Parts: sequence; structure tokens; C-alpha cells
Amino acid sequence: MKTYKVIGAGLVLLLGATFGVLADDKPTDPQIAHIAYTAGVIDIDTAKLALSKSKNKAVVSFAHSMVNDHKAVNDQALALVKKLGVTPEDNATSQSLVKDADKKRAELAKLDGNAFDRAYVENEIAYHKQVNGALKDLLIPSAQNAELKSFLQTGLKLFQGHEQHAEHVAAAQK
Amino acid sequence: MTTLNLDRRQLLLGAVAAAFAPSTRAKAHNGTVHVTIENLTFVPAEIEAKVGNTIEWVNKDPIAHTATVNGGWEVMIPPGATATRVVQAGDGVEYYCRFHPNMTGRIVIHA
Repeated sequence: MKTYKVIGAGLVLLLGATFGVLADDKPTDPQIAHIAYTAGVIDIDTAKLALSKSKNKAVVSFAHSMVNDHKAVNDQALALVKKLGVTPEDNATSQSLVKDADKKRAELAKLDGNAFDRAYVENEIAYHKQVNGALKDLLIPSAQNAELKSFLQTGLKLFQGHEQHAEHVAAAQK
Repeated sequence: MTTLNLDRRQLLLGAVAAAFAPSTRAKAHNGTVHVTIENLTFVPAEIEAKVGNTIEWVNKDPIAHTATVNGGWEVMIPPGATATRVVQAGDGVEYYCRFHPNMTGRIVIHA
């Protein structure tokens, strides 16, 4: 049991490090809402870069679905926080996500053709994996409001679906 | 003997209950099998259909989905829309959503 606890604490610390929060500093519902919304906005912005650069049919189609899906889900998120009377609150995790994404987008912007397509799709796999880990192990368990929790659970399924979609696109690129 | 009789009666009751138990698979109603898509899930995940029946997917999500068979057909199901396919021989397959491959469903053909 002790071993599990140590591993568990290690995982939380690891996630805390990735997502810029401390293990004993669980995000609040307003912060969780902000993080989830920000994660969607980041993926939309990266997809828009792909749409401006890629000529690959599968990559363009994937990027279109990222824009459409995340926009639709973020619209739902806004409606939900309004209904719940929750005001999303900017926080260190959201800021670190944005900072990392800006850096990654600048790197991607320097690439063209196949090199861009591959790097974009690889980044989408890694990014969705990172967000899925945070949703599953930190954001969903931390959410206090049942409706927010349930919304995040659907969000996790969506992000997991996107990760698999990206993996299919990557497999076809090889 | 009493015990045996009771056992028989229980067996009979069990058989009757099993015969009338609702199947977990959805079947056609007036030639149409309905599948609802909500929260990235095909409900029910497994359906039974005859060749010539229509499968109707009702997408209640705000995002687009597909019913795709690997190496086979694909039905686009836009957000909030309904899409259909007339069941053909050979449609007894597993299908998935191409945009969210963790969404899966299965069609079982019966005579």
C-alpha cells in the first residue's frame, strides 16, 4: 500500500510539474474551467496554423475537425459556466500551457511541406496525451461541481478520440 | 421430490423470462433501426438489422461524427443531424467514428 501511495504522490507531482501546479494545490472549479477552455483554444490556434500551411488532405481534414470540435465544445463550456455562475479564473497552469504552445507553434511555423505535416501531427498526439493525462489525473478528480465533472469526462473522451484520430493520420503518413 | 419440482418450476420460469427478456441489441421498428449519438457514444452500440432495413443515426452532439467501416462505407453525420444507410448484405460489421475512433458500434445481420 505504501508503495502505491508513493507512486501516486509521484504521479501527482509529475503532473503538477507539467501543469505548473503543486500536488497539494488542487485547482478550483473556476481554474479548471479556465484550463479546459484554454486547452481548446490552443488546439484551435495550432489547427489554424496547419490550415494556413498544409496541402495534405488528411492533415487539412484533421485540422478542420480540431477547429470545429473544440469550438463547439468551448461554446458548450461557456454556456455551462454561465449556467453554474462560475467565472473562469486565469492561473499558472493556463499560462504555462499558453507559453508552451506559443513556443511550439513558432517552431512549427518554420517548417514546410511534409516536415510541417509530420511535426504538426506528432505534436497533436503529444499535446492530446498531455491534456488527457491532466484531465484524468488532476482536473476531473479535482472538480467539485458534478456537472463540470461530467462535462470534463465527455471532454476527456473527445480528446482521447482526437489522439486516436491523430495517430491514424500519423500512421498513414508513414 | 418437492425440491426437484421446485427446481423444474424455477427452470421453466427462468426459460420463460429469458424468452421475453428484452434483447440488448436494438432491432428495426417499421424497417428502421435507430441509433442515437450523444456524448461521443453510439447508443445502442450493437444493433440487429435485416438487409433492406434502414439504419438511422441521430447525432445529438454539437460536433460531426461518422459511421465508418474500415476499408468500406462511410456515413457522415453532421452535428445535430440525422443520417441513414440502407442495410446491404455484408453489412454485419464493426464500425467507428473516423473523427473519434474511440467511438465504436456493431451491426449484426439477421435473416
